[in-house]
Amino acid sequence: ISDRKATVNSSDGAQKLLRERLCHQKLPDQPVGLDSQYKHLLELLRRTAVHGESNSVLIVGPRGSGKTMLLGCVLRELMSLREVQKNVLLVELNGLLQTDDKIALKEITRQLHLENVVGDKVFGSFAENLAFLLEALKKGDKSSSRPVLFVLDEFDLFAHHKNQTLLYNLLDVSQSAQTPVAVVGLTCRLDVLELLEKRVKSRFSHRQIHLFSSLSFGQYVDVVRAQLSLPPDFPDPKFSDEWNHSVTKLCEDKTVEEILRRNFNGSKDFRSLHSLLFLAVSRVSVSHSTLREADLIEACRLISADSKANVLHGLSILELCLIIAMKHLNDTYDGEPFNFQMVHNEFKKFIQRKSHSIHKFEKPVVMKAFEHLLQLELVRPVDSGVCKVQREYQLMRLMLEHGQVMEALQKYPQCPTDVKQWALSAFG
Amino acid sequence: MSRYITRLRMRRAYKWNGRPVSKDRKLKRQYYESMSISVEGKTEDVTVSLGQYILIEGDDDDNPFVAQLLKLYTDDSGKKKTAVVQWFVRTCEVPQNKRKLLGRHPHPQEIFFYQDCSCDNEVDGETILGAVQIEYVPVEDPFPKGKSKGILFVKLLWDTKSFRALDPELMQPPQSSKSPPPSSRGPQTRALPTPDLSVMKRAMSGILTRGSMSTGKMSSSEAESLHSASKLSAAKALSAKRRSRAVSGPHVRKKLDLCSPSKNMTRDDVLGEILDEHTEKTLTSKLNTSPTGRISISIRLTRLNLNEEECVSPLSSHSPDKPRMTAYDKDESTRARTPSRRKDALREPALAALAEEEHEDSPVQTAATPRSKRKSAQLVSSRIRKQLNLLGNTVDLQSDGVDGDDDDCFVPAKIDLQSSSDEEEEAKIDSEDELIVKKRRGSGTSRSTEKTRVSARTPRKTPSKKTAPATPHTPRHATPSIPSRSAPARKPGNVLEEARDIYNFVESKVIDGTGGCMYISGVPGTGKTATVHEVIRSLQQSAEQDEIPHLRFIEINGMKMTDPHQAYVQILQKLTDQKATPDHAAALLEKRFSAPAPKKETTVLLVDEVRHLLLVTLISIGYFLFIILFDWPTRRNARLVVLTIANTMDLPERIMINRVASRLGLTRMSFQPYTFKQLQQIITSRLNRVKAFEEDALQLVSRKVAALSGDARRCLDICRRATEICEHSGSQKNSSGLVGMSHVMEALDEMFSSSYIAAIRCASVQEQLFLRAVIAEFRRLGLEEATFQQVFVQHQALCRVEGLQPVNVSEGLTVCQRLGSCRLILLEGSRLDLFLRIRLNVSQDDVLYALKAD
Repeated sequence: ISDRKATVNSSDGAQKLLRERLCHQKLPDQPVGLDSQYKHLLELLRRTAVHGESNSVLIVGPRGSGKTMLLGCVLRELMSLREVQKNVLLVELNGLLQTDDKIALKEITRQLHLENVVGDKVFGSFAENLAFLLEALKKGDKSSSRPVLFVLDEFDLFAHHKNQTLLYNLLDVSQSAQTPVAVVGLTCRLDVLELLEKRVKSRFSHRQIHLFSSLSFGQYVDVVRAQLSLPPDFPDPKFSDEWNHSVTKLCEDKTVEEILRRNFNGSKDFRSLHSLLFLAVSRVSVSHSTLREADLIEACRLISADSKANVLHGLSILELCLIIAMKHLNDTYDGEPFNFQMVHNEFKKFIQRKSHSIHKFEKPVVMKAFEHLLQLELVRPVDSGVCKVQREYQLMRLMLEHGQVMEALQKYPQCPTDVKQWALSAFG
Repeated sequence: MSRYITRLRMRRAYKWNGRPVSKDRKLKRQYYESMSISVEGKTEDVTVSLGQYILIEGDDDDNPFVAQLLKLYTDDSGKKKTAVVQWFVRTCEVPQNKRKLLGRHPHPQEIFFYQDCSCDNEVDGETILGAVQIEYVPVEDPFPKGKSKGILFVKLLWDTKSFRALDPELMQPPQSSKSPPPSSRGPQTRALPTPDLSVMKRAMSGILTRGSMSTGKMSSSEAESLHSASKLSAAKALSAKRRSRAVSGPHVRKKLDLCSPSKNMTRDDVLGEILDEHTEKTLTSKLNTSPTGRISISIRLTRLNLNEEECVSPLSSHSPDKPRMTAYDKDESTRARTPSRRKDALREPALAALAEEEHEDSPVQTAATPRSKRKSAQLVSSRIRKQLNLLGNTVDLQSDGVDGDDDDCFVPAKIDLQSSSDEEEEAKIDSEDELIVKKRRGSGTSRSTEKTRVSARTPRKTPSKKTAPATPHTPRHATPSIPSRSAPARKPGNVLEEARDIYNFVESKVIDGTGGCMYISGVPGTGKTATVHEVIRSLQQSAEQDEIPHLRFIEINGMKMTDPHQAYVQILQKLTDQKATPDHAAALLEKRFSAPAPKKETTVLLVDEVRHLLLVTLISIGYFLFIILFDWPTRRNARLVVLTIANTMDLPERIMINRVASRLGLTRMSFQPYTFKQLQQIITSRLNRVKAFEEDALQLVSRKVAALSGDARRCLDICRRATEICEHSGSQKNSSGLVGMSHVMEALDEMFSSSYIAAIRCASVQEQLFLRAVIAEFRRLGLEEATFQQVFVQHQALCRVEGLQPVNVSEGLTVCQRLGSCRLILLEGSRLDLFLRIRLNVSQDDVLYALKAD
């Protein structure tokens, strides 16, 4: 029994550890494949922290490319230096939270613990706060005041603030001999510089650190292996050995490789990989305490499932028939919009041909089914504004791809063959 | 509540007490000893007499200005009563940034003896509010307690630069000046303490080199005063002085302007006179006969005596020994004693022809004789060049507004101190100097001997018959050490037309005591703000040297305030240190600038990024701001000079209604982007002679930036990045340790190359396929826009061609959104789902190029 208990514990522990890793709750020990960027950023921030040089930099990379992670790692290393620890003030802003300069300014003042902050409240009007902050920054100088690191997440959103006052002032400070500041912007927009006004742009140092992953598939698999492996200091060495062995084997498996390649082809970022692995790891239980390829296959199926095809599975036969009628209309009229009457006619033609197998529906019932589809947004009115037109004649578009309809039909439980054939036939 | 009665509340009547004590017929003035002020509603009159401390009405009712009454006179008509005063300043009148110089909290009743000759010490007699009691407190003693609120204490002296201990002698009530001023001057000078060592030292070791300069100036003026009996020599002295001014800087006319009390000499007259002086050498007689000239002399001497009595020149003790010493001699001795003006002193009237030739090839050369207006303009420009030089020294670097500290952390492996370009230029100048010297006497050329060279040359330059005895007797030999300059001599910069224009503009307004508005435009990074700051700095420097009247500088930035209303608040706060709501502030400012300022100092207001003040709320308050920016300066007594900075050249036209625009009389100036030569000089100056860059690398940077934007900030950023790259790679390959072409290229690539191509190359397979599908669909449609559905069909087809498993709609949309978030493609109408409109944000060629490469 104790042996079994130990297994349960170990399996739980392993799952917890992996989940933590996959849910970005912990920074990795070393950023993968970003060595030069890491060095560059660290050096830059170190200069500000230690020598008091002002600077500004943008970290640009697609979503999930590890911008925040990179900055986190750099800051972790920076803060571990003794001379930096007590000397640097960190201000973190997010464009999604600080949606205008007023809020941003309050937040900066609060995080800097300036004198007009009491407790967590910031006093004074917007104008006073700005003047106060600028005065505070202006008074400082290179040697005596503590450097301030401004981290602006979603930097591009700050560029939409009125007049870009905040950016102008921060970058202006970074260009003049005032309190040393480093302005670090994180953004996924490649054209972020074009958003800046020319006077703001001129004050920006034009340093950009690009995070484009140039990972090959081999490295990608290595990362998967590393991500799934248990660390050597895992409390139950027997379990961890077993687990790691199974992971190694798993990564060599053909099917698994295919799944991974498909994922890799889809996107190179680790976030999508993590969500895949997370689903797989969640299926590990006491009964099967190692990760098997079936888990991955299932996870892949879940992840790559088409959301609309799933919705189609839940429709009634009548609704499905209407969808098929619309599909035929689309084919006939080459994507031109249709109205309910046209769909109904198409449906009636089908019923007349196959009256023996399909139940005959009254028009109001068909209308009701059509409205249900409307609610599900599987069909949408072309222009929602016009209400004068009678409902039957309002122009609609089908929001489904040809392939989605066919896929749904394949998987639909107990679909009548006539309906299937109707769907497959070239013309209604 | 106001503690003092001001004119706003009560009417006051002014009356002379007794008969005039003396008369000045030339000036048509009558001097009085006291005056009585009767206030409506009060029975007894207040009497103020000479030597008493008085309150003078100012813009702040609670804190009227404090002064000591020195003279009272009326002009011919007898209507206008004028008082000559010695000013005191309250703590609140000291500029805020200077208050910390005090080093302690000021006593609420503390005032400071004000020593600034540029401040006009004549006030309208009818602004006197009444008498006040002032007590002198020695520096070490604490402030007496328990005294009434009305008593003010004076402990220190404020000379606009620093607080100094106040000599108690200055606080003595002046001896009875019953005699008219011209004759009272003599006794006053004599009554001064004999030049004891400490005073002399103080005068010598004055702040920076100005100390030595002012001593020199003083010495000559002192000498003049002593010779004032002989009008001939005085006139000569003046003319020589004028000439020396003309040589040394652009301040001739303003001096004269300031000096002539009647103000009846227009500037042109003065200029004309100066020009005459130099064309005809026989100027003495002319000046002698001109009454205007004489008046200006006498007043000038008075001023100097009144205000600069502390700086007793050691020369004064010597000059009486040489009654025959001519103006030229004195002039020479002045020059010899001012090392900071070496360059100027090198030029002699006699050398005019030579100097003229030199103009073409050397930017520093100061013209010897301003024969024409063009010449004087050159003088000004040379002066500014000295002040503003970008091939600067350390002082210049630090004071520069834009990050002056970028490059100093970088120390290349080998610091090669081989002469940089500015040094060469220096050498050129030296050699030019040498040319002159050789022609004259062929002395040595090295920089270290320059000082001695100048002084040694001095006697020879003077007209030969009067020369010999002059120099040996000058006290220069008594105090062998010439105060060493704290800042190294400035070197020439490039020709900064803009700086010169701004300088001229502000300077002329300051001197004339009028107002004006200048509109400065230019693309970012062309040094607009920095130039204005430098101009103001140099103007303030000359104000400290008493060459021009005192000016006050206030700066606001349209981008550094949350809304345009705040402009009022900030201006008011910087002007008077009051806090107010925008509306109240506007009212106060309106009052301040519509009434003439009692202390006639000019306010220079710099409004940066003016567009943001004007455009945003043009309708509600735009008009009001207009008044500040464009109307106030034109008011006669406001003495407000406004410099506005913006990027767009045609802002005034776009904003102003025609009838407003027509009455502006706006001076405009536009900053051109830097040329590559200028950029190169900027970098060189910033490097501060550290040889860190290869010549070619510098050329590349400056040419590249000049071609792109001419933005100096960009240029410096690239250099900074290049040095970093060099530092990282330098250890292994580049043995010279210099930043070379390769590093610069790398930095340029990093900063200017578009990241789109790299982004496409690093994108995942499906993303690349999607982009390809977009292009295929565009080609099929012949349009630059397609819906997601259309592209998706192409995408699936491409997947099959590439042998990949086709993606479903959800996956396709994910890919599409990811590209959209990078802005490789632009998405419109994300709610439309399948009918999402897609456009490319990169050119098709770029995409194909990026995709083909791998």
